[in-house]
Amino acid sequence: MTTALYIIALVALGVSFFKSKEKSILALKKAWKSFENILPQFLSILIIIGMMLAVLTPEQISKVLGNESGWYGVMIAAIIGSITLVPAFVAFPLAAALLRSGAGYMQIAAFVSTLMMVGIVTMPIEIKYFGKKATIVRNAAALAFSLVVALVMGMAL
Amino acid sequence: MRSKALNLVKRYRIFLLLAFLNIAILIFLPQVGVKSVQLTWSNFIEMLSVLPPIFILLGLLDVWVQRETMTKYMGEHSGLIGVLIAFLLGSAAAGPLYAAFPVAGVLLKKGSKLSNVFIMLGAWSTTKIPLLLFEASALGFKFMLLRLVMDIFGIAIIAYFTEKMLSKKEKEEIYQRALAQ
Repeated sequence: MTTALYIIALVALGVSFFKSKEKSILALKKAWKSFENILPQFLSILIIIGMMLAVLTPEQISKVLGNESGWYGVMIAAIIGSITLVPAFVAFPLAAALLRSGAGYMQIAAFVSTLMMVGIVTMPIEIKYFGKKATIVRNAAALAFSLVVALVMGMAL
Repeated sequence: MRSKALNLVKRYRIFLLLAFLNIAILIFLPQVGVKSVQLTWSNFIEMLSVLPPIFILLGLLDVWVQRETMTKYMGEHSGLIGVLIAFLLGSAAAGPLYAAFPVAGVLLKKGSKLSNVFIMLGAWSTTKIPLLLFEASALGFKFMLLRLVMDIFGIAIIAYFTEKMLSKKEKEEIYQRALAQ
């Protein structure tokens, strides 16, 4: 997917240069400016995520997300999922491993859904673009929705 | 020159603080410290690999796509077309959710409707096509499909709800922010 993205970007840049050199240089300048603008937050968040994942291991997570953990387990799963931000290629195998080691579908659904939709560590970036209120409303709504997803999936699977 | 350096330190102060904290952990709790540095490093590499094309495309979009065009397809009166474009844009994306915020910024700057921008964010966070395949293989097809169907409705509900909760003035401020980026 990343390769495809590079190909698209390079082709677009090539076409752009063919049409107007000045505009293309301006586009690259703008690209760099908006990247540098958000870089301090990006770097800070990377360190926070690294520290958090170093402390929270899969074994620890699976201990609290067992099938019998019920709503308590769902809440814990939602809290862990909301705070952390894990790349998907880590998150899905982790969720699959948790299921095998005894976690329930309801808890895993809460974990996966909040992991993707709710981002507490990334809030500084979101606030930079959307302001405090919109950020809090969106994350709170996504958290509530994730709990509904967990409930439905717990009943259906 | 001096004020420029000072400004740089000021902007990166939280990052510097965290870096020192991580070094302290490395010294006092070497096991946790090494693991966290490794994780940070691999995430950093992931970020560096996926961000350049996203930002190049954003720069090109900013320069070539006119405000009127964007407003027509994703603006206030874009209707179902705008919603569909927002869903597709988010679903076809690559990279973690935090990479979606700069994209959101450019869409706003060009006059896209706020709820459409939230739909793009929602789709970016959960309905990315390569992720769905991955999810199906890790957690089962039924798990993926059930979540996808609920997510499509959920994303739209969250987007409209968030927009409804904001006053006219707050929305205006969001657009002003985007223009200042």
